[in-house]
Amino acid sequence: MSKLISLTGNDAAAHALRQSRPDVAAAYPITPQTELMHKFAEFVANGQVDTDMILVESEHSAMSAAIGSSAAGARTFTATSANGMALMWEMLYIAASSRLPIVMPEVNRALSGPINIHCDHSDTMGARDAGWIQLFCENSQEAYDTTIQAFRIAEHPDVLLPVMICYDGFIISHTNEPVAMLDDAVVAKFVGEYTPARKLLDVDNPYTFGPLDLPEWYFEHKRQQIEAMRKAPAIIEAVGKEFGALSGRTYEFMEGYRMEDAEVVLVALGSTCGTAREAVDVVRESGIKAGLLKLRAFRPFPIARVRSALSKARVVGVFDRSVSFGIEGGPLYHEVRSSLYGGTTPVLPFVYGLGGRDIRVEQIAQAYRTLDEAAKRGVKERDVEFIGLRDA
Amino acid sequence: MAINLKKLSAKQDLLAGGHAACAGCTGPTVIRQALLAAETPVVCGCATGCMEVTTTLYPFTSWRTPFIHSAFENSAATMSGVETAFRALRRKGRVPDREIGFIAFGGDGGTYDIGLQSLSGMLERGHKMLYICYDNEAYMNTGIQRSSATPKGAETTTAQAGSVKAGKDQNRKDLTAIVIAHNPAYVAQAVPSLPNDFMTKVQEALKADGPSFINVLAPCHRGWRCKPDTGIEIAQLAVETCFWPLFKWERPGRLTITYKPKEKRPVAEWIKLQGRFKHLEEPRNRHIIDELQAEVDRKWNELLAMEAATQAAQSKAG
Ligand SMILES: Cc1ncc(C[n+]2csc(CCOP(=O)(O)OP(=O)(O)O)c2C)c(N)n1
Repeated sequence: MSKLISLTGNDAAAHALRQSRPDVAAAYPITPQTELMHKFAEFVANGQVDTDMILVESEHSAMSAAIGSSAAGARTFTATSANGMALMWEMLYIAASSRLPIVMPEVNRALSGPINIHCDHSDTMGARDAGWIQLFCENSQEAYDTTIQAFRIAEHPDVLLPVMICYDGFIISHTNEPVAMLDDAVVAKFVGEYTPARKLLDVDNPYTFGPLDLPEWYFEHKRQQIEAMRKAPAIIEAVGKEFGALSGRTYEFMEGYRMEDAEVVLVALGSTCGTAREAVDVVRESGIKAGLLKLRAFRPFPIARVRSALSKARVVGVFDRSVSFGIEGGPLYHEVRSSLYGGTTPVLPFVYGLGGRDIRVEQIAQAYRTLDEAAKRGVKERDVEFIGLRDA
Repeated sequence: MAINLKKLSAKQDLLAGGHAACAGCTGPTVIRQALLAAETPVVCGCATGCMEVTTTLYPFTSWRTPFIHSAFENSAATMSGVETAFRALRRKGRVPDREIGFIAFGGDGGTYDIGLQSLSGMLERGHKMLYICYDNEAYMNTGIQRSSATPKGAETTTAQAGSVKAGKDQNRKDLTAIVIAHNPAYVAQAVPSLPNDFMTKVQEALKADGPSFINVLAPCHRGWRCKPDTGIEIAQLAVETCFWPLFKWERPGRLTITYKPKEKRPVAEWIKLQGRFKHLEEPRNRHIIDELQAEVDRKWNELLAMEAATQAAQSKAG
């Protein structure tokens, strides 16, 4: 049923968006997201999808228009990267707190400054507390599959939260890979119609969106948002399973590679996981029981699942492609470490790939050896280790 | 077409009372007049500011129309999303096939300053919606700070009058002219003291084939330092002095002055009623009144010339 074709991550996501039949798309250019919108605009121009595009004058307006459109009752998406998302910042929170199921491919790019167009995760990591579901992808296939699933997750009545599909700029967005696409009709049926309970265009039942919410009620409304995020894991899992039945590719919260007997484990996100698999094989040959834990969802963060997946590890290394200035280790490191709170397994931080710095199999293999050594020497804690960084 | 007050008095107010605007605020008057004028159902949006915070205090709302507020600088962008969704869903048969009007409201801060880009984008893209700026000439909600709509010499909390300063240094921005430069379908200036004029403009704007904009002077007695019951009177005097000319501009470029004062009164008369200009009475500041008058005269003459030129061009073309 599935046809295998060669697609970049951006083209794969554009196809997934086309097949999900959005009513409205807001678009503003930024590298490396641009080609996604070019492809989508081509579909619109050729009548392959019936979507009204709002070609806005900024990303702030892109998210604002998306909020208006989604509140009006239309299935809505936009896409961006780095500075574009930074300019949306204010509206990211408002989209989430208004419980609007907007879908947004976020093609990971280093956040300025200095300005840089290549991949790291500083853009999406900064938005981790905005109230969006954040799903990371390893390759074009996952970008395609995740985009389709995103609509189902976002629009689920128990969730009603916006979803960000995070995939690595250039490494995924611009690299051709074989992608198995589903038939249009299959995706249309899977995604279904968007039928929100409340919409602005229901003029006979006027409803006020975005009221002033003072200390009397604000906290309760935040609680509702928290509960929606708490319910999201079950929906993410159910949708991933249903998608698997359809496509043969089941999606879970995380994916292990050679984890069965692994003692030295790396945790990572995104395209680097593909490289890390190779490194696992390399170091396994020299006797290190290496394993990889690839996380798919960063928000909601699956604490209990991470804890149980890492329960047999002797040492855990965490690969961050972004930093949090003023504390050792990046955001992923701190989430993994708090997942293991109360245990004795050492969790050691690595930072790599900032601003698109390449990461190679041998460098990851070396990280496994370092972790193995550290475990043998009984190291419990150390400063972050930077990978592939020149000595200044 | 003409406004029939008797008929309108039988219509339900679409902005319910009980909101938290100050007694004597002219903002809700502007909104009520606009909503009464609408001849189809409307969906409204509003930028953060006095009119939004006072009408939507959760769990209450004054809006009997669908309403959305998302942030301060993006009333136009947000409503352009709503309007686009309407076109998309109507074409697909997912909403009933009937006309709906779309109105975005914003204060002068949210329109002239921080929301200018969003407004410009909406106008350029050509969304069929009406943007109404209720212009109270300062950021009132946050405590009367200077905006680019504040007139020269007016005192605000950020441009104060003291021993060396005399309020705002600069003349106000002519936003209406900037909007006209976009060549939208319909543009006008109005005041709440002449409801027939304003409401006719709202009807024309909502019927126009494209984006429309109405700039409404909306006195704020807290910020203008005048008596709470004088807002309407002061709005009218702004028209009689030609500080706030009433006109409409219709695509492709016909300007009509909709109210010409029988006798153009000096701007000093308007200033006199407002405490924010009090320091201009001091001899060292009196030149500012002359400068204000010169600016009013310049704009008024420009408008008269533009009216004559565009009407002549139109009749020649016709
Ligand atoms: C991005 C952003 N900056 C600043 C504010 C604070 N703020 C809220 S309302 C307001 C003043 C609004 O002034 P105006 O648009 O003139 O409307 P008014 O209050 O006079 O009705 C300001 C500065 C905000 N909410 N958002």
